[in-house]
Amino acid sequence: MRVCAKRAFALCGLALFPVMSMADWTMNMSPGVTQTSNDIYGLHMTILWICVVIGVVVFGVMFWSIFAHRKSRGHKPANFHENTTVEVLWTIIPLVILVAMAIPATTTLIDMYDTTEADVDIKITGYQWKWKYDYLDDEFGYFSSLSTPRDQINNRQTKGDNYLLEVDNPLVVPVGQKVRLLMTANDVIHSWWVPEFGLKKDAIPGFINEAWIRVDTPGTYRGQCTELCGKGHGFMPIVVEAVPQAEYQTWIGEQRAAAEKEKELTQKEWTMPELMERGEKSYQSTCAACHQADGSGLPPSFPALRGSAIAVGDIAGHIDIVVNGKRGTAMQAFGKQLNEVDIAAIITYERNAWGNNVGDMVTPKDIFDYKNQQQQ
Amino acid sequence: MSTVADAHTSEHSLGQNHDHHGPAKGWTRWLFTTNHKDIGTMYLIFSFGMFLLGGTMAMVIRAELFQPGLQIVQPEFFNQITTMHGLIMVFGAVMPAFVGLANWMLPLMIGAPDMALPRMNNWSFWLLPCSFLILVSTLFMDGGGPNFGWTFYAPLSTTYGPPSTTYFIFALHIAGASSIMGAINVISTILNMRAPGMTLMKMPLFVWTWLITAFLLLAVMPVLAGVLTMMLMDINFGTSFFDASGGGDPVLFQHIFWFFGHPEVYIMILPAFGAISHIVPAFSRKPLFGHASMVYATCAIALLSFLVWAHHMFTVGIPVAGQLFFMYATLLIAVPTGVKVFNWVATMFRGSMTFEAPMLFAIAFIILFTVGGFSGLMLAIAPADFQYHDTYFVVAHFHYVLVPGAIFGIFASAYFWLPKWTGYMYDETLAKTHFWLSFVGMNLAFFPMHFLGLAGMPRRIPDYALQFADFNMVSSIGAFLFGATQLLFLFIVVKCARGGGEPAAANPWDGAEGLEWTVPSPAPYHTFSTPPEVR
Repeated sequence: MRVCAKRAFALCGLALFPVMSMADWTMNMSPGVTQTSNDIYGLHMTILWICVVIGVVVFGVMFWSIFAHRKSRGHKPANFHENTTVEVLWTIIPLVILVAMAIPATTTLIDMYDTTEADVDIKITGYQWKWKYDYLDDEFGYFSSLSTPRDQINNRQTKGDNYLLEVDNPLVVPVGQKVRLLMTANDVIHSWWVPEFGLKKDAIPGFINEAWIRVDTPGTYRGQCTELCGKGHGFMPIVVEAVPQAEYQTWIGEQRAAAEKEKELTQKEWTMPELMERGEKSYQSTCAACHQADGSGLPPSFPALRGSAIAVGDIAGHIDIVVNGKRGTAMQAFGKQLNEVDIAAIITYERNAWGNNVGDMVTPKDIFDYKNQQQQ
Repeated sequence: MSTVADAHTSEHSLGQNHDHHGPAKGWTRWLFTTNHKDIGTMYLIFSFGMFLLGGTMAMVIRAELFQPGLQIVQPEFFNQITTMHGLIMVFGAVMPAFVGLANWMLPLMIGAPDMALPRMNNWSFWLLPCSFLILVSTLFMDGGGPNFGWTFYAPLSTTYGPPSTTYFIFALHIAGASSIMGAINVISTILNMRAPGMTLMKMPLFVWTWLITAFLLLAVMPVLAGVLTMMLMDINFGTSFFDASGGGDPVLFQHIFWFFGHPEVYIMILPAFGAISHIVPAFSRKPLFGHASMVYATCAIALLSFLVWAHHMFTVGIPVAGQLFFMYATLLIAVPTGVKVFNWVATMFRGSMTFEAPMLFAIAFIILFTVGGFSGLMLAIAPADFQYHDTYFVVAHFHYVLVPGAIFGIFASAYFWLPKWTGYMYDETLAKTHFWLSFVGMNLAFFPMHFLGLAGMPRRIPDYALQFADFNMVSSIGAFLFGATQLLFLFIVVKCARGGGEPAAANPWDGAEGLEWTVPSPAPYHTFSTPPEVR
């Protein structure tokens, strides 16, 4: 019966709005793919059924009264009130039910808090509005940000299957191993949630929170930031690839090699077109969310860069604000977030794009020297 | 006792020789009034205005969420509108509505001539329009209004807040001061001005629940003021209470906020419990099952509400022992809440019920508030909360306790006491239409949110993945229906107030009991100048 109703409803929706053919009518929590998420699902269903049973009993009595004890049926009111036995009973029985519920919940909770003996350590840092994953054992890390095109969000393009749930660089974890996740944040509070893992933990600046997962089934799992973190809060999804052990090792090897290569790039002699090309790419993924793709910004919170005093002014001032940020504003210190190549490329791009025409360029070496100088 | 009564009588007759006790003429009547009925009316009108404003914002939110993609508003504005919706509904609509009911009804219920501190009463009302004028004006300032959610978590609201945040702090400070003054007034009125013979345990339940609410307000409003002041210092005077890079602690903000915030949710529901405890017996024509146990349950809820704040923070990384404590304490609240629901059902059982608008709203209150209570019980289970937290499941939960809870409680009270206020009966057919449209619209709007949350949709997002599209559309349709229906309420009340119905008797309801029904309808401008005797 319910299925029929659901189908009929879905059909109406389909006829009215073809764009929604992707949608579904999921009504319940997913059991997920980890032991923890299965335990949580069990607790969820138990408490749900307890509520349903209590509801049926209490509302049953109520509806019976509404039906039978109404004036229009000529029912004469009784005059009873206060009965100690009944009152004690309806205090004790709920208490017993709650104790029965608290016991399995306690066991699950203690298990969730046991982060010891992990095989892999990954640090997760929340940024406005992207995630950074650092593989602590293998000394590399990368940013992971939304890859859904702006045109899909603004309804100029058909929305893809994983609309708003897709990223450029997913987190990769090995199947069957205990992965410890260390969470923190760079600016405001974020929260890292993948429903299929039964894991949600706040990423808080100045704190390091611990959590763990052991994924048993290979696959791609998607989640989102769940703590309001500003205008991009709805646009910083999480994608996790769980891969078999051997594949994971190969991937780790590749990433380490790439990280090495990236370090070498700092020493390389860069030309203007190379910097501009790389700069445009890095600008779009790092800066465009606030300052906009065409540098027009969103004043007053996010100033325009096109023709701005800093972007066409003194080069030292420009480097300073990108590397150190501006306290008290949303402008972050990118010195620790980005490598020298990207910072140099972005600054060069900002000085020479969208009609800004300073003509000078900044090399990765300049940034390297600048950072060194600052530390002294 | 009779000597007290005599003294009052003679005082009153003396007073009558000096001046005629009617309202002043013109707008100064409202500006300078110290009359509890006038002030109550102003509170109620103000709160309904705020309800429509906050509701309009909810309509914008639901319109944006009607379909995936960004259509109507941009994310920056979406965040401002969700924040404002929450702030206006909590501080501008629900709380002032209950203060309005308290102003009107408390003196009538305890047989007092007015509130204990009438001038402060006037002041605490007029602070509110000032506060909300400031708050709403931030929307038109450079950088927009508050955009960090009604919970204004630091550092999003401090280091990363818009320039208008200081105005927001000032506005909330003023609203808080108004609430504290209101609470002082309620406590001193109830404790000092009860009619002779009305012992504490004989006090009507609306008076009891308001007494307890007032103590809650007195306890937690200063805490809100404290956290707001710390924000003010962080933003303007270089302190780092909540800024980790200066040695501060963002989690501290949440502890302080929720120490205020959890009792605050009971502040918004306890007076409704009281009103429902009058309405259900009245239309069941049968006394309330357990007056004393209702009083004790309310006290228990109020005390427990101070011990559960961290259940809003299960995911911030509290040590496991702390998680367990707050989980157990939260589960415990279900017991006194259950006692209340059982009491109402036992009152209806074997009564002789009729279903006028106040009773319809009261029954819907009991059922739907319990549904909200059930989802609250689920949220209390800490491990499961890791899945529910900050999803639409939570949005569904607190809208179920606030809309059919607090707001249906207010509608029930309004229909119940409208004849007393205006002297006329409201239009029963229209009122029942208002009820049924609200009931359908509200459930259509908020029930699918449970499914959305369980399926994985986070709250406070302006756009969502495609699998959430269907239920969001249903929810929006329900919200539009609920929103539009509230204009009908405005019409019903205006029609009633302008004398568009039957004149009401002193007690228009068969089974209603209490001192308020012993005075004529409409209640004269001054009542109980001579205190009644309570046996």
